[in-house]
Amino acid sequence: MTERLLVNPIECEGHGACAELLPELITLDEWGYPIVDGRPIPPALDRDARAAVSACPTLALRLTRVSLSRSLPPQSRRHGRPCGSLGRRAYGARHPALPKGQASQGG
Amino acid sequence: MLENVSGINSSTALWYASRATGVVALLLMTAVVLLGLMVTRQGRLPGLPGFAVSGLHRNMSLIAVVFVALHVLTAVADSYVYIPLTAAVVPLASPYESLWIGLGAVSLDITLAIVVTSLLRRHLSRRLWRAVHLLAYLSWPVAWLHSISSDTRGMLHGWQFLLSVGTALVVVAAVGWRLAAAARDVPRAERVGLLMSAVHGRNAMRDKLRGSDPLSGRERTSRR
Amino acid sequence: MTTAMRGTFAEDTATDLPRLLPPNGQPEDWHAHASRHGYLPYRGAPGRLIQDLQHAGLTGRGGAAFPVYRKLAAVLDAANARRRNPVVIANGAESEPASDKDATLLWLAPHLVLDGLQLVAEAVGADEAFLYTHAHRRDDVGRRLREVREQRRAAGADRVPVHMAEAPPRFLSGQETALINYLGGGPAIPTFMPPRVTERGLNGAPTLVQNVETLAHAALIARRGPRWFRQVGTRNEPGSMLSTIRRFDGAPRIVEVPLGMPLRNLLGPVGSDGAVLIGGYHGTWVPALEAARLTLDNQSLQVVGGRVGAGILIALPPDRCGLAETARTVRYLALESAGQCGPCLNGLPRIAAALVELAGARPRREARADVERWAGVVTGRGACHHPDGTARFVRSALFTFAAELDRHEQGRCSATNTRPFLPIPSTTARTEEDWT
Repeated sequence: MTERLLVNPIECEGHGACAELLPELITLDEWGYPIVDGRPIPPALDRDARAAVSACPTLALRLTRVSLSRSLPPQSRRHGRPCGSLGRRAYGARHPALPKGQASQGG
Repeated sequence: MLENVSGINSSTALWYASRATGVVALLLMTAVVLLGLMVTRQGRLPGLPGFAVSGLHRNMSLIAVVFVALHVLTAVADSYVYIPLTAAVVPLASPYESLWIGLGAVSLDITLAIVVTSLLRRHLSRRLWRAVHLLAYLSWPVAWLHSISSDTRGMLHGWQFLLSVGTALVVVAAVGWRLAAAARDVPRAERVGLLMSAVHGRNAMRDKLRGSDPLSGRERTSRR
Repeated sequence: MTTAMRGTFAEDTATDLPRLLPPNGQPEDWHAHASRHGYLPYRGAPGRLIQDLQHAGLTGRGGAAFPVYRKLAAVLDAANARRRNPVVIANGAESEPASDKDATLLWLAPHLVLDGLQLVAEAVGADEAFLYTHAHRRDDVGRRLREVREQRRAAGADRVPVHMAEAPPRFLSGQETALINYLGGGPAIPTFMPPRVTERGLNGAPTLVQNVETLAHAALIARRGPRWFRQVGTRNEPGSMLSTIRRFDGAPRIVEVPLGMPLRNLLGPVGSDGAVLIGGYHGTWVPALEAARLTLDNQSLQVVGGRVGAGILIALPPDRCGLAETARTVRYLALESAGQCGPCLNGLPRIAAALVELAGARPRREARADVERWAGVVTGRGACHHPDGTARFVRSALFTFAAELDRHEQGRCSATNTRPFLPIPSTTARTEEDWT
């Protein structure tokens, strides 16, 4: 099961713990907010990635599963489920992911 | 009991151990509260990376719970007075000094709730986690009250006095500092407007600040 | 205000327009609507309309151009899997200031929109519907819509109750998660919570959000069929759409045009060194000469990095300064940020300030590079597309007005008219209440 990193930009407050623990995949922009490499995590960095996720004081960083049939662009806002969450939802995997609504008129 | 004045029997040893572990637990919890406040304001400990603050906060809280457990177990094991084990978590269950031990139980209950919700944080709603975590502001004072009450005769002098006053001062000061900093925080909706004015203002001044970056600094998106 | 424009493709397609807007330009009441379109063709069971919409190739007319049938199918699937009744929302917030088509449609042909709302509600098995309009667009549109709702109730036309709500006048009010947040009792700012709203939206129910124009098209497809819908437009982008067009006089005109129509037909002569804004304030500036060669469809526009979006076309008069207009707009966009995400909160105001510098005389040498860098750093890093769209708008301005940038560096400007041209609201969010 490959995973990738995803940051919730609303919860993120720019503490920067993630970038300290996983500099290979996360760097901070000039304002201290993370730029996350959204590609699947190489196995060698798996432990560090989990440490980074767990170190985030606001739980903004999470791991989501990548479906192997479709590679997603970095920092894409497509659907992802945090690993280990209770209350699994029946996600219609046969339907391709939908884009987030546009800022102006959506739909 | 002349023959026991200088001797240390098992009961006295347990009693001393209970007091000692209690003191350490209080100190640890004080440190945990201070570290927690630092996390919310993104403070740094000198010489340590940023993630150390939250890491220490979490680890020390677990160690503090261990010391509280030792404190409770030694007090229960001490046969000089009878304290049932349930009194550790059920307030007023102890016939001995029921009020003071009850305070300790309240504090421990809240602490356990905080620790458990934090360990299960990923599975809980943010609001619930945060609401429980804020109870730390209640748990610490109650623990402090428990600590000053359990040996009222020895309280007003010596190192116990220093300990009580010192920890209280430090926590009150830290909380005060945190509230003051939060009061300076700009509400979200105004943040953007103020930043724009500030940036425009700095731009207008850039001729006077030649060489320095007029647009340095960052805006925080904290919701608190 | 409404003009029907004839297409220049095959002759037989031209006579079909306008489809949505009434030919006489007058608001349609229930009887006029029924006589022009016939009565609401309910299908009798959920799901049946979806196939027609798929064959018709209807895409969202709110800006994202997402295939409508896929959204409906996703909501229907989620509803079945979770055994929860979905909610459908007609999005008429039209929070883009330069767009007027949704307000016009709701004014002139509200019954079509409400027909479409009922039909999609049936298609996904919804038991609740919302009509979400803009607070300050037109003072009496709320009253008119309530009358319309009453007429329909009297005629027994609506099966699903329609609740009406007014969006706060913020740029982000029409964003999908923002409007759901608002309808759920929160502020009209975006949320970031997988799963998608089609899975879990308003009050946890699978939620379908569709632009009001999209619903109007769906209402017609249900009556006339997918093949009729495809009679205008292009092969890959069929159908017609409402477009808000501003020529040099700045007055907005709403026209219903077939997709694929040449821009020069819509904008008229735009001169050789002007510029055209395609797609509104999250859209793209294009040099006028380039724009004259383009057609109103994504296949053509993507060559210049543009998209049809909500069909907003603005021709900048040659006597105005494109950089000044851009700076004014980005200042508005920055102030309309929800301020929730660090990159947007930090980046947009700085970009706006740097653009003000670039729009003035002798800007700092680093200003242009700063804007480019910041535009890159904010893209894709917010909870919604506000920073992305703003960055796209800004970069297209730097590209299209490159010659003007050079002139400004030397202290000159080619513009002779400093009166603002692009429509920017003067009131912006100041306190938390402005979002609720």
